[in-house]
Amino acid sequence: MLLNQFLILGAVLFSVGVYGVLARRNGVMVLMSIELMLNAVNINLVVFGVQHGVVSGQVFALFVIAVAAAEVGVGLAIVLLLYRNRTSIDVEDFDLMRG
Amino acid sequence: MEALLAFSRPALDWHALAPELTLLAFGTLITVVDIIWDDRSKRAMPTLAGIGLLASLLPILTLAVDGSERTMFGGAYVVDDFSLVLKALFLISGYVVILMSVDYIRDGDYYENEYYTLMLTSLLGMVMMSSSRDLISVFVALELLSIPAYMLAAWRKGGARSNEAGLKYYLMGVFASAVMLYGMSLVYGLAGSTAFEAIAQELGSGESNPVAILGILFILIGFAFKVSAVPFHTWAPDTYEGAPTPVTAFLAVASKTAGMVALIQLVFVAFPGRDDVVQPFFWLIAALTMTIGNLIALRQNNIVRLLAYSGVAQGGFMLVPFAVAADAPARAIEAVVIYMAIYAFMNLGAFTVVLAVARKTRSGEIDSYGGLFQYAPGLAVAMTIFLAALAGIPPAGGWFAKFGLFRALLDAGGGWAAGLGVVVAVNTVIAFAYYARILVQMWFQSVPDGDERPIAIPGSLKAALAVTIIATMAFGVLPGLVGHFGEVSVLSALGG
Repeated sequence: MLLNQFLILGAVLFSVGVYGVLARRNGVMVLMSIELMLNAVNINLVVFGVQHGVVSGQVFALFVIAVAAAEVGVGLAIVLLLYRNRTSIDVEDFDLMRG
Repeated sequence: MEALLAFSRPALDWHALAPELTLLAFGTLITVVDIIWDDRSKRAMPTLAGIGLLASLLPILTLAVDGSERTMFGGAYVVDDFSLVLKALFLISGYVVILMSVDYIRDGDYYENEYYTLMLTSLLGMVMMSSSRDLISVFVALELLSIPAYMLAAWRKGGARSNEAGLKYYLMGVFASAVMLYGMSLVYGLAGSTAFEAIAQELGSGESNPVAILGILFILIGFAFKVSAVPFHTWAPDTYEGAPTPVTAFLAVASKTAGMVALIQLVFVAFPGRDDVVQPFFWLIAALTMTIGNLIALRQNNIVRLLAYSGVAQGGFMLVPFAVAADAPARAIEAVVIYMAIYAFMNLGAFTVVLAVARKTRSGEIDSYGGLFQYAPGLAVAMTIFLAALAGIPPAGGWFAKFGLFRALLDAGGGWAAGLGVVVAVNTVIAFAYYARILVQMWFQSVPDGDERPIAIPGSLKAALAVTIIATMAFGVLPGLVGHFGEVSVLSALGG
């Protein structure tokens, strides 16, 4: 089985996602980058599940998909709220308070 | 196809699940009541939520009296003494937060019904977290407690600061859970199972596999965001300042405690043999968190931000015992559990006073506490008790929590533990400086604009103050009481 290739695909997707979260300023693009990270996780889980011959990896992936949908639902609601109040979804615009 | 259809329902222990089911039932009930009676039911919501929390405490009591350890779903969900103590802690903190919320949410014209439903849902996640002994159930519990909290942080829909608080908390939280999940996928790949016990067997063999180290580190970093450990703390002060104050108290206490509970289970049940990764990691972030949290707290002028950074530093204190997880496991768990219990009450108490004072001054600046003793002596005395507890001055509760830390470090022994002990001691002194600043304002300064009208404290805030003061003082004067809970929890967590 092409275990390595799948794991490399997962690692690359995850890294692209991390880069997107850190570098993109558009709120929606940040959300999509997070989705990339979560899907990298799903690839890993399914591949490892097949490798071990157990179903728990795929079950875990299903949980991740379901929870990710809920998470992005809330995320889009927050981005929409910001757009209504500020007509901007640039995450760098929100700096009233600084760490 | 045959195999798929041959599904048999796993055996459910209804008694063991009763606290969770009660919470779920009341969360649903609030939604249904809201749909049927709409605005007319608003006044009843806090009462309903409070009854729900107290009702789910009842099965916890009966389970504690029963005392047997109950394992469900192939070891994924365990109800033992450890989880019962923490469930009770979450529910009581949740009850205090609801007492704090009643007037704030009603006067602020916020959405009341949804607020309490989300609060109960988040608490349900925390209650589940204390029983989870499996990667999947930890993940589901974490998201169940986090997602409602993102919405609660952004609850003031029109307020720019609350929006920003919600956005920052959401982005950091989701990013952290993605990192944590990637670590979980690697750990699952090596262990071939999601159950903590199987992971402990597979990963604990001692051979140094870089993938295992990466996986464990990613999981720990994910939770380090949750407990706002430095350098993953940047969201905390902004979120705490921007969110409605009762939500801030909820995040600072319940949410942080839930992250700590997950860390206890991971470190002591899933990775007990990996002290080569776990101990240096926690040594470093505990030392960083205490020191940086305290140093930045020194410069704050807003009391909520000050309490936020003080909360970061207190989180650092809680992380200290993890640094000696393998050398003195029993003492370390005991120290964390005791610290969490005392921290919950003293911090909730401090936030309650902040809420009560803000009702009059409408300000969060430390200067606005000038001369508090002259017009609100009760609040000033209460705040003094909580700040003394946070600083660790007997007889208020905090000293016993710090004592537990030192006891764990001494039991572990060795140069590294002693070094961390010195860091703890230095930080205790630094922390005293900024707590004392508030004390000086309250007792010795004059009232800023000469307005000495007394503060009208609503009944629910008085009740919250009473609960927190009694708990803080009881832990300080009768440390045997809370020490007993810590000991009970040790044995079963190690066995689980």
